[in-house]
Amino acid sequence: MQFLTYLINGISLGSVYALIALGYTMVYGIAKMLNFAHGDVIMIGSYVVFFAFGSFGLNPIVSVLLSMVVCTILGITIERVAYRPLRGAPSLAVLITAIGVSYLLQQVAQLLWKSDPKSFKSVVGLQPVSMFGGQLVISGETIVTIAACIVIMIALTLFINHTSTGHAMLAVSEDRGAAQLMGVNVNATISLTFAIGSALAAVAGALLCSSYPTLQPTTGAMPGIKAFVAAVFGGIGSIPGAFIGGILLGVIENLSKAYISTQLSDAIVFMVLIVVLLVKPTGLLGKKINVKV
Amino acid sequence: MGEMLSVKNINVFYGSIHAIRDVSFYVNEGEIVTLIGANGAGKTTTMHAISGLLKLERGEIDYCGHVISKMEAHKIIRLGLAQVPEGRRVFSGLTVQQNLQMGAYTRKDGKEAVQNDFDMVFDLLPRLKERRNQPAGTLSGGEQQMLAIGRALMCKPKMLLLDEPSMGLSPLLVKEIFKIIRDVNRNGVTVLLVEQNAKMALEIANRAYVLETGTIKMEGEATELANNIEVRKAYLGAQ
Repeated sequence: MQFLTYLINGISLGSVYALIALGYTMVYGIAKMLNFAHGDVIMIGSYVVFFAFGSFGLNPIVSVLLSMVVCTILGITIERVAYRPLRGAPSLAVLITAIGVSYLLQQVAQLLWKSDPKSFKSVVGLQPVSMFGGQLVISGETIVTIAACIVIMIALTLFINHTSTGHAMLAVSEDRGAAQLMGVNVNATISLTFAIGSALAAVAGALLCSSYPTLQPTTGAMPGIKAFVAAVFGGIGSIPGAFIGGILLGVIENLSKAYISTQLSDAIVFMVLIVVLLVKPTGLLGKKINVKV
Repeated sequence: MGEMLSVKNINVFYGSIHAIRDVSFYVNEGEIVTLIGANGAGKTTTMHAISGLLKLERGEIDYCGHVISKMEAHKIIRLGLAQVPEGRRVFSGLTVQQNLQMGAYTRKDGKEAVQNDFDMVFDLLPRLKERRNQPAGTLSGGEQQMLAIGRALMCKPKMLLLDEPSMGLSPLLVKEIFKIIRDVNRNGVTVLLVEQNAKMALEIANRAYVLETGTIKMEGEATELANNIEVRKAYLGAQ
């Protein structure tokens, strides 16, 4: 029963990673860049929820929606100001810029809200569910996190595979030039990708801080890195890959915390990544790129 | 039969390399015009300049009364100027059907009209119909070329730019592709064809230009050029 509790909590943590990993993987797939500032967008989103819900007492759903709007605007702005001028530049330049944006966001947050940790009030009002005569207790946060992740995954998959905008995104991710020849506005598609990724980051931030209620300017950094690992783990550029990678990472992390060592859990997570990449360099669901001439 | 496309003294650079120098040519409505030349002559560069994937240093390109040389690529196609790029560049992860649907991305004239064009494309290229639910990456080279042509036709183009459609195909398939190009033209689509296979290109074209190291070296009626001694020596393998 203990194992089941760890497993379910792992899936819940993994759901958060999956939501963040979606942002990494979609941006990588479509803009061909690693947006290392993505984790810090989560942190900004969490602060928005913290103030809207915690300080001003807005409705929790309204607070999360507000946070999604703020993060969407932030994501689009970052892309427009920092990354778009570098389109066509070497990928290393873009990567360094992304790291710069990440630090910028953290420092700005520190200036605005100080570095002392804030205690985040959970946005989930659901009561814990108790099963098997109280042997298995699942918190409301866990249930909502897993449910949100599943709903978002399904919605996103339907959007990508069954709308013309979704197809345009797939086309841009495969061949930007050819997509342009079809009349796809590549810049608009990339902006949309950042918008979706950032809105999901806002949701992930609210859920993450509801389960792990300390909020400070560096809150987004570690989950950001781990979600990046999850995206690579599942096969960067693949949406189902981000989902599977995220869940697996959360489960591995939680189980190693429970059964091996709390201190070593992160090391174990990264070790698993290294092993996976040694065996399958493209990640679990990553595609081998076949070029046929 | 007015002038549909006119390229006026265009110059394109790749960094410091002057790839295209003062190239000028025109295409009349309803024609098949071919641009022949060896590897590295600047044929694909010229194509990319027309479709907006590359920017001009100097010169101007007009199409149907619009100056398109300053327009973005995704707007140019909305004027009915479609390109079948070199190396086909089909979306290999999407199915044949989805690739064709992508071709119709800019269309706003309703599902029914698009469906009619699906039928038209499947009529013209029956092999695509058999493989409509297959990922484009699993098609053979010839089928991918057909798909690239079909995809371009789905936007209802007035003019089609074809960049080396014969590349890497067996002689039999080359014949088939050229027959398709002729059919497309008979259906009222103006064609600008870039080819290394000068023999086939000159057979179906009305007029031709010979491109060499970034400049136009010769121009004329296709039959005339096919009989020109220099062209025969350089491009048709005559002794």
